[in-house]
Amino acid sequence: MATHAAAEPKQLWLGGAEPMKASYGKLMMWIFLVSDAFTFSGLLIAYGLVRYSHPAFEGEPKDFVFSTEYWPVPEKVFEAVPFFHGYQLPLVFVGIMTFILIFSSVTMVLAVEAGHRKDKADVEKWMLWTILGGITFLGSQAWEWGHFITGTDKPTIVTDIINGVQVTKEVFGANLHVNQYGPQPFADFFFFITGFHGTHVTSGVILNIIIFFNVCMGLYERRGHYEMVEKVGLYWHFVDLVWVFVFTFFYLV
Amino acid sequence: MASEYNEFIEKDGKMVAKPQTKAIWKTFWILLIITVLEFVVAFSLPHHYHILKVAIFVGMTLIKAAYIMGDFMHLSQETKGLFWTILVPIVFIAWLVLALLLEGGFISTY
Repeated sequence: MATHAAAEPKQLWLGGAEPMKASYGKLMMWIFLVSDAFTFSGLLIAYGLVRYSHPAFEGEPKDFVFSTEYWPVPEKVFEAVPFFHGYQLPLVFVGIMTFILIFSSVTMVLAVEAGHRKDKADVEKWMLWTILGGITFLGSQAWEWGHFITGTDKPTIVTDIINGVQVTKEVFGANLHVNQYGPQPFADFFFFITGFHGTHVTSGVILNIIIFFNVCMGLYERRGHYEMVEKVGLYWHFVDLVWVFVFTFFYLV
Repeated sequence: MASEYNEFIEKDGKMVAKPQTKAIWKTFWILLIITVLEFVVAFSLPHHYHILKVAIFVGMTLIKAAYIMGDFMHLSQETKGLFWTILVPIVFIAWLVLALLLEGGFISTY
């Protein structure tokens, strides 16, 4: 048994077996990710339910104007890019964000590959690129939120009923009380879904920094394997996977 | 694990296996090209083909998800037991999509 453990660095579980040929930590990470997938599905499907319970905008996209009467066309809402104020660039910025996250997923898998080869310098290099990608994504999302909250140059006239009296007011941007882009749930779901995903990216960046620190300290070199890198890698890829779905169902459809 | 590698390079006075990253970059290019195609579809197909558009987007998203889970998360290399343990519960999500989207459609008609 002792010689076997020396040849194969992955240890058996305490019962002496290794179910599904995965280590305890890796299997639990997978199970956690399945449960997290249910949470995100719940949010995205709720978005779908509420969206289909509102009338859609009928007509040509060029005639689209913001109104609380129908659900907005996403490409008309998300068309701002930093430093290009006043230009209509639909979905360009969110496309850049998607690219950043896919690329950081690639650098993560390169770090995992380097870990398999026990190449400490390469693991450090790719982990650092992954952390950088994650922080860049978070910064982009902060800008996106800032723009969404601040609103466009021209306000939307919103009619609301307050204490039984019909009130007409000019609305810039959106928050959890008012929304210039369309029905109120549109803004609520934007904040909840992208916010919940952003929280995951934040915790992923923190985990990556901790693991990067441990790699630099030589912890996994002493341990004999880089499986921790693989486990945070699973989490990081999941965050990318969720973004692929958010991108499609919130921004494209 | 070590038997996978037969080429080694010297680095900082130590021998390390040569990186095998061709498959990773191939997956990256596939993901990027699918994302670009999604943009092309979003702005080239006329507005009234909405259902066709949604079908294409959903299909492309599922292909991307398969590549991320299969290659980046190495799920295709895990045992059959683990593979199906992860994938089978997704059936419940598919059911929820169907149920709630239909329900949403009914709310809008009344």
